[in-house]
Amino acid sequence: MFKRILMATVFASALAVVGARAEDTPGVTKDEIKIGNTEAYSGPASAYGVIGKTESAFFKMINDEGGINGRKVNFISLDDGYSPPKTVEVVRQMLEQDGVAFFFNILGTPPNTAIQKYLNARKVPQLFVATGADKWGNYKDFPWTIGFQPSYRVEARIYARYILKEKPDAKIAILYQNDDFGKDYVAGMKDILGDKYKQMVTEASYETTDATIDSQVVSLQGSGADVLLIAATPKFAAQSIRKVYDIGWKPSLEFLTNVSLSVGAVMKPAGVEKAVGVITSAYGKDPTDPAWKDDPGLNQWRAFMAKYMPGSDLSDANYVYGYGVSLLMVQVLKQCGNDLSRENIMRQATNVKNFDVPTSLPGIRINTSPTNYHPITQMQLQKWDGTTWVRFGEIINGDGGS
Amino acid sequence: MKSPQILSPQIVASPQVSAAPPPAIAMPALIGLAVLVAIASAMPFVLGNYLLFQATQVLVFAIALLGLNMLTGFNGQISLGHSAFYAIGAYTTAILLDKTDIPYWAAVPMSGVVCLFAGYLFGLPALRLEGLYLALATFALAVATPQLLKFHAFEPWTGGVQGITLVTPDAPPGVKLVSGQWFYFYCLMWTVILCLVAWNLLRGRIGRSLVAIRDHPTAAASMGIDTALYKSMTFGVSAMYTGIAGALGALLTAFVSPDSFPPLLSNTLIVGSVVGGIASISGIFYGAVFIVFVPNVPDFLASHTSWPWLAAGAKAAPWAIYGVFLIFTMYVMPMGMAGVVQIARGWLRRKMAGRGDPTAIKSSVK
Repeated sequence: MFKRILMATVFASALAVVGARAEDTPGVTKDEIKIGNTEAYSGPASAYGVIGKTESAFFKMINDEGGINGRKVNFISLDDGYSPPKTVEVVRQMLEQDGVAFFFNILGTPPNTAIQKYLNARKVPQLFVATGADKWGNYKDFPWTIGFQPSYRVEARIYARYILKEKPDAKIAILYQNDDFGKDYVAGMKDILGDKYKQMVTEASYETTDATIDSQVVSLQGSGADVLLIAATPKFAAQSIRKVYDIGWKPSLEFLTNVSLSVGAVMKPAGVEKAVGVITSAYGKDPTDPAWKDDPGLNQWRAFMAKYMPGSDLSDANYVYGYGVSLLMVQVLKQCGNDLSRENIMRQATNVKNFDVPTSLPGIRINTSPTNYHPITQMQLQKWDGTTWVRFGEIINGDGGS
Repeated sequence: MKSPQILSPQIVASPQVSAAPPPAIAMPALIGLAVLVAIASAMPFVLGNYLLFQATQVLVFAIALLGLNMLTGFNGQISLGHSAFYAIGAYTTAILLDKTDIPYWAAVPMSGVVCLFAGYLFGLPALRLEGLYLALATFALAVATPQLLKFHAFEPWTGGVQGITLVTPDAPPGVKLVSGQWFYFYCLMWTVILCLVAWNLLRGRIGRSLVAIRDHPTAAASMGIDTALYKSMTFGVSAMYTGIAGALGALLTAFVSPDSFPPLLSNTLIVGSVVGGIASISGIFYGAVFIVFVPNVPDFLASHTSWPWLAAGAKAAPWAIYGVFLIFTMYVMPMGMAGVVQIARGWLRRKMAGRGDPTAIKSSVK
């Protein structure tokens, strides 16, 4: 009996193999393209879940307008709860069962790391990942993975360029979190300062397990530095700004990673008056900035929000982010024309020239090439005036080299 | 000796399912088992890649649940910290494969040994704690583990927040299977071996001692059972099982990072254990199926329903749907799936055996 069942199953599986049709690209038909995505709709990072919701709504709008080159976008976005094993599971499901053509804007450094090898081994594009780590620009080892927003390292290069221009003989102090996030800032400063790094810079690091960073701030002040870069997550950033003020250290330039530019989580706890003069950077238009009240670019986003996501919190910049990155996706698919092979999708994703996203600051252009997997490398500085961030100066480029 | 027990082990361990350790298996049951293994062996040739991946996940979780069932179900020690042992097992294998030339098939048992010691050592101080207090102590372990894995002194080995990327092993040369199929068989082998070992342990003297300690520690001690030794050894063996599962899980997802092992994983394991039937061996498979498939239900609903309100709800509150499933399951089968199966089998047997038996008629009328 068992033998018969076994024979039957073997026969059935043989049939399944023979029956499989060979198609050009999985997920692409005459009138549809399937795109995969994972998002933290639940779990510790669920505040970012609105990005995935924005993208779903955006592609619905695209489909209502007739799709791209006659094809509707079938955007499959599943919850991974920011847990890497779950990411692996749902990505495999989308690739092997649902048959998506490629992946777009998957959220988070750990989830993307978990699937990077898997997707590259299968030559499946992992496009415009939603993380600020610098390693997504590693086109040599992972040619099928490309980043999106300016990496921490790019941001640090921008600060370094500004320092060299304003105070070429500065003594710089860096306070960084001892992990990949913080080390990206050290690397970015080294990129620009080069040989001078050793004599110009004093470093101090802290662990996320530390209770305070007071001793690090005091020792950095002791080095006689007149420029400070704080590469710290919100809680430690607030502590640093307050401590620097309280011990009477007045660096002529005080930079803060834009990870910690939140008014509620950093500036208020630090003391809004103690943070006056702190400099950070931005590449997107802040929806709460009165300067963009009648901006045509943001109005385009507002119209989309009103029609496709009514009732959403319009002060949340994540909606703007989701809208902007989706525009880039559509641009790449338009460039692909009718050749939607995975090779061509990757070729076009790495061949974007001077693309202007209306939700980015004026003057910022998206550029990629087969040797540049960092789509956005430009940012503008902004200074805290006690109540809000005020942009100043020109757009600075943070691309590689000195 | 009498500590305040708010939640007594007897209640936790639903004695209806396991009044006694599992009995010796009769011939028909043995044949049934062989058929099950044969069906399991046919899976890789029937299922698609992704379903096979999920089937492998079921096996991995089944092994972890078996460890937890021994400890909590049979021995009455509640653990909310098994994600820690799962993580230790996963990281041991990951580090061995990443830093040394040890092959994966040797790394997996080594993970088991490491966890055996870790579990035994944790079991010693845990002897002083019972019921909810032990649950809290183990929960602390679960909460601490992800942070310890990020600790920078260990970073050269653990890779810090970035974790370690692995490769799912390929079939040995000469075996014509793709890596997913091969790895399924590798996990199936471990499942069968570990189930046999557990069954052997639990059906004899040791199993009776464990249950005696659970049901009445004082009586057990007065019968000459070394309760301290048994309890700490059970902790060790339980951790070993879960550690081996962690090692296999790491190879399956080919990636470990501190975020892979949140305290929620411990809760997931407890949920699987209870849903399957906490003091049973067969229950682990029902529990594992629940763990792997039920969290996907909201996403499935969201994309396959024609009711927009249901789709929106499923997208907005996936855990609420999970909760509804869980409450429903507990309400309909308070003794877990294994309990339901046992009741059904008993009912069937009575019906088949004694047509004239009044109790049989009564229950069939019901």
